[in-house]
Amino acid sequence: MIEFKDVTKYYKSNIGLENVSVKIDKGDFLFLVGPSGAGKSTFIKLILKEIDADSGSITFGDKDITKLSNRDIPKLRRGIGIVFQDFRLLPKKTVFENVAFAMQIVHCTKRTIRRQVPQVLALVGIENKADKYPDELSAGEQQRVAIARAIVNNPTVLIADEPTGNLDPDTAWGIMRLLENINSRGTTIVMVTHAKDIVDKMAKRVVAIENGHIVRDEFGTYGYENDSRGIDEEGALGKYGQ
Amino acid sequence: MVSSILYAIKEAFLQVGRNKGMSLASIFSITAMLLILGVFFAFIVNVNVAMEGAKQEYDTVQIYLLNDTDETSVRQMLDTLNALPEVKEAVYLPKEEALEQWKSQWGDSGYLLDSLAENPLPNAIVVNVQDLAGADAVVAKAKTFEGVEDILYYKETVEKLISITDSVKIATMIMMIFLVIVSIVVVSNTIKLTVQARGREIEIMKYVGATNWFIRGPFLVEGILIGLFSSAISCGIVALIYSKVIELVGDDLLLIIGIPLVPFEFLTTNLAVIFIALGVSIGAAGSVFSMRRYLDT
Repeated sequence: MIEFKDVTKYYKSNIGLENVSVKIDKGDFLFLVGPSGAGKSTFIKLILKEIDADSGSITFGDKDITKLSNRDIPKLRRGIGIVFQDFRLLPKKTVFENVAFAMQIVHCTKRTIRRQVPQVLALVGIENKADKYPDELSAGEQQRVAIARAIVNNPTVLIADEPTGNLDPDTAWGIMRLLENINSRGTTIVMVTHAKDIVDKMAKRVVAIENGHIVRDEFGTYGYENDSRGIDEEGALGKYGQ
Repeated sequence: MVSSILYAIKEAFLQVGRNKGMSLASIFSITAMLLILGVFFAFIVNVNVAMEGAKQEYDTVQIYLLNDTDETSVRQMLDTLNALPEVKEAVYLPKEEALEQWKSQWGDSGYLLDSLAENPLPNAIVVNVQDLAGADAVVAKAKTFEGVEDILYYKETVEKLISITDSVKIATMIMMIFLVIVSIVVVSNTIKLTVQARGREIEIMKYVGATNWFIRGPFLVEGILIGLFSSAISCGIVALIYSKVIELVGDDLLLIIGIPLVPFEFLTTNLAVIFIALGVSIGAAGSVFSMRRYLDT
C-alpha cells in the first residue's frame, strides 16, 4: 500500500528522516509514535507530497510518488483522508456543508452529495447534527465531522495526526472506536499520537521514530513514558499547509 | 468543468458581497487609475488625429514651374515623377486653379483677391509622397528638371511633427504601463486579504485534493468582477467628461486650429473596448499574483 525505501529528507539544520524503510499494508492500523521533532510530521508530509524526499522512493498503491508531478498531487491526495488535532473545520459552514465541500472539490454531483453526506454522518454518529455549525458542537463531535470529511470520498488511507490530542479520555475513546470501525471496513489508518494509554490498549502495530530513524516497529505498546497527550508543537496549529 | 465554473462564479459573488468594504476600495482605486488613463487617452487620440491631419497637409512636395515651361515638358516631368516608387501621385496644378483654391480658403474674404491685376501664382506640380522618407528622392529628382523655378517642401515642419508625435506616444505608453502596474498591485492586495481570510479553507481544500485551478477560480472571478465594475464606471465618467468637452469647446477648437475633435462615438467605443480588456486583465493578473504564495506546493 505505502512503502518507504531508504527515504532520506534533510532540513537546513537538522535531520527529517534518514534511510527510512517501512511498509504499510492495505488495511493496517498503525500508530506512529516518538518524541517531538523526531520525524513523524516529515513522514506524513512525505506521504502527502507536501515536501519532497532528498533520496529514496515512496510508493503509494502502485505509483512512486517521489516521481509524481505537481499537477498530479491533487489526485494523490484524493486517495488520502486526513484528520488533525485541531479539527480544521470551516466555521461558517454547517456540518453538512463542511463534509459536502470535500465532495464538491472532486466534482461530485449535487445528487450524490445529498445521498452520501447523511450516510457518512450516520457512520460517524452525528446524523442529527447536519444543520449545526462547528461552534455549536462539542470537541468530540467536531472531530467526528472532520473524520466524516476525511472519509467521504472513500480514501484508501486515513491519516490522523493526533486526533485525540484535544479530547478528554472518554471522548478520545469514542473517536478511537470510530477509527477502528473505519479500519474494519478496509481503510488503512496511520495515526500519529502521544497517547500512551490508547496505544497500549489498542494493541496495534507501533512504529517509533527518533532522530529521523525508525527505532522500533512491532505490535504492542507505546514504549515511552506518558508524555501528556496532546502537548506536541509538531501537531499544533499551522504546522501543515503553507 | 461547467460545475467548477459555476461554483467559481457563485463563490466570487459571495466573496465580493462578504467583503464589501475592500471590494469597494479597490474598485475606487482602479476606477481612479482608469480615469486618469481615460482622460489621457482622449487627449492623446485627439493629438494624434490632429498630428496626422497636419502631417498630411504638409506631406507634399510642391514644384513651382517657370511661366514659360511648355506642356510637353510638364507632361514629361509628371511621367518621370509618377514613375518614381516614392511617389503616390503627382498632379499638375495650373496657376488659375491654385488661385481658385486660395480664394476658397479665404472664404468670405476671397473677393479681396479679385482685385489682383495679375495672377501672382506660378504653375505647379504637387507631389504626394508615399512616405516622408521618400520626399528627399523626389526633391533630388525635381532639381534635375529644366524649367523649375523653386521647390517647396516643409521637411523640418514634418520632421518636428513626427518627433513630437513619437514622444507623445512613448510618454503615453510609459504612463499606461505605470498605471496598469499600480492597478495590479491594488487588486492583488485586496484579493490577498480575502485569500488570507480564507487561508484555512484553501489549506483544507488542498488536503482534500482540490486542484490549484479549482481553488484559484473564485478569486480569479472576483478579480475580474472588480476589474469589470471599475472599467464600466470609469468609461462612463470619461464619456460624460468628453461629451461636455465637445459641447463646450469643440466648435472653438475647430475655428482656432482648424481641426475637429475626434467624434464622441469613435472615442467612447474604443475606450470601452480598451477599458474592459484592461480591467479584466488587471483583475485577473492581480488575483493570480496574490495567490501565488498560497498555491506553491
